[in-house]
Amino acid sequence: MSEIVRRDPRTEWIARNRLHPEHDAVLAQLHGGAPAAQWMGPNGIIRRNPHAVGFIGPNGIRRIDRSGAQTANAAGASRRDTAAAPARRRVQIDIPAFIIAVVADMPGGRLSAHDRDLLGLARQLADGAVQGAVLLVSFGESRDEGLAEAGVDRVVNFSGEAFDGYAPEQRLTALGGIERQHEPRHWLFPDSPLGGAELGRRFAARQGERPATQVWQIADGQCTGRGAAGTIDVTRGLRRIVLALPECAEPVSDTVHAAEAVAPPAALPQALRRIEDLGAVAVDPAGVALAEAEFILSAGNGIRDWDGFHRTARVLGATEGASRVAVDNGFMPRHRQVGATGTWVTARVYLAVGISGAIQHLQGIQQCDKVIAINTDPGCDMVKRADLSVIADSSEVLAALVELVEGVRREQRNAA
Amino acid sequence: MQRDGKEKVGAEGLKVAALVSVGRHPVTGRSRRAEYDARAVEIGLSLVRSGDLSLVHAGECSPETEGALRAYLGMGIDAIDVLQQPAGSDIVPALEAWLRAAGPRVVLCGARGETGEGSGLVPFLLAERLGWSLVSGLAEVESVERDTMTVLQALPRGQRRRLKVRLPAVVTIDAAAQPARQSAFGPARRGELCPLAAEVTPDAAAREWTTAPARKRPKRLKIVKASSARDRFKAAAAKAEGSGGQVLTGISAQQGAEAILKLLREEGVLR
Repeated sequence: MSEIVRRDPRTEWIARNRLHPEHDAVLAQLHGGAPAAQWMGPNGIIRRNPHAVGFIGPNGIRRIDRSGAQTANAAGASRRDTAAAPARRRVQIDIPAFIIAVVADMPGGRLSAHDRDLLGLARQLADGAVQGAVLLVSFGESRDEGLAEAGVDRVVNFSGEAFDGYAPEQRLTALGGIERQHEPRHWLFPDSPLGGAELGRRFAARQGERPATQVWQIADGQCTGRGAAGTIDVTRGLRRIVLALPECAEPVSDTVHAAEAVAPPAALPQALRRIEDLGAVAVDPAGVALAEAEFILSAGNGIRDWDGFHRTARVLGATEGASRVAVDNGFMPRHRQVGATGTWVTARVYLAVGISGAIQHLQGIQQCDKVIAINTDPGCDMVKRADLSVIADSSEVLAALVELVEGVRREQRNAA
Repeated sequence: MQRDGKEKVGAEGLKVAALVSVGRHPVTGRSRRAEYDARAVEIGLSLVRSGDLSLVHAGECSPETEGALRAYLGMGIDAIDVLQQPAGSDIVPALEAWLRAAGPRVVLCGARGETGEGSGLVPFLLAERLGWSLVSGLAEVESVERDTMTVLQALPRGQRRRLKVRLPAVVTIDAAAQPARQSAFGPARRGELCPLAAEVTPDAAAREWTTAPARKRPKRLKIVKASSARDRFKAAAAKAEGSGGQVLTGISAQQGAEAILKLLREEGVLR
């Protein structure tokens, strides 16, 4: 359909002029051929025709849509399309007065909720009387496409072998390079166990500056942070290096920024390697608490082959979870129950097998990033929630999954 | 429990120091041994015999804090060095001087104090000033050789990472390490608190702070930006829904498993 709005001034004029002899006909035409639901009577009284309100739905029942979408229909479909998607204001900062550096955790290459809050805080500091820019410093491969929506003006990404794994000394020299190149007015770190807390403190110690830690509010040039194991609030003047807690500010929601990639500083001094990362240690997934497990394989009423389910969990290295039905029927222990009455989980990947998705269960998995559903019913609520749903028999899919993973492992072993 | 029967992982003649502080009970507010520091002492006792483990406390030594410090003695320690520091002083220079003089290979301490600022900066400052390596969030020490030690670092989500750290090292300990043993009354009474005179540096910056009991943080509200009342109602009443997930229907189990495996690989949860 053409995007150009064709206006007919004469019809518009007739529609406005209720004394025009063609007024009723034009109104009816504007409202999609249906008779007008209301009009001005000869004595200046509004007359309504209740039979003309609404439209006949697909089941032959009259539906009344009060959203205004129906009347907007007459005014022009293209105009409604633009109104449907709330436009974010585009912001381009070419020559910033100063830089606010944010060092994000980015677990799995994506911004965490904590990182987004921190970027919101950075925007508060940058958008003052003088416009500054927010510089995101990230390590490792970045897979987040929503950096612009999160309020990032510039991105510096350090990736490569030296920054993989646990390399605090290398990261520290990289931050030193940023410090020399951009001289940020503030450094913001997430005070999180994912690495931000440690890196921020290391950086502050290296710079010889006293940071403000566990900050949860910045207002009027003062920052307030927790102290003494969370029992007191310490308010002090805003420091240059700030380690902030989650929910320190609202994430950016109404602007889009440039998220322009900036080259990292060219020559970084070689860091003294005092810590060598020997890699992750295999931990027994069954021993990991359900609330903090990273990858959960959860079973529901649709499971028939319980041995196969346990075997899949073992092969995939997933922590086992269950819906309430599976627990009530005695197939899984009570401490494995996920949902409102069980555990609220925070897994990055939640694989729900044979779970239809009761609202209590969906509440329990609210904080999961990716949900995969295996179910036979394509209409169930879990499929609506899931990022990937496979509509098939669960035991067959699990068996195929085990087969695939074991096959890949066997190949790797043979290759090695 | 047969704790003392367990083999010590540390090498012969290894010198270990633990920094201990006075904690505060979260419910009653009474002074006690700090939880994480006690775990640090416990790790120290698993590394070396109690004779080779030296404990140091920098702070005031008053009758109230003495009880808390004696709780560390009750874990099987003979003496604690107490560096006399008045309230409102910076303890890092005093600790740094003590560590330079004592020269331990491994310094253990809790991740953060339970009183005062509790910023958890002391180990970082000490490691930076002494030029020693630093490991945070230790779960377990596996072995200690002459110049290196192998440790397990606790990561979020119950994961562990093995690190090889060059000595001397400062190590911080938090909730992932094994819990501290109980403190016994007799050894706590018999043990000795050795007060030492130390350099006092006043903490000037802290005088300008205002402290207040922790205010409850406001709960974040879900703000719905919608133009019409109907959209706001829909947003408030809607169930949690994913953003248009991919639904695979009418495919074989094999294809389904491949799709799932691809997503698991992308997310990097498969090891």
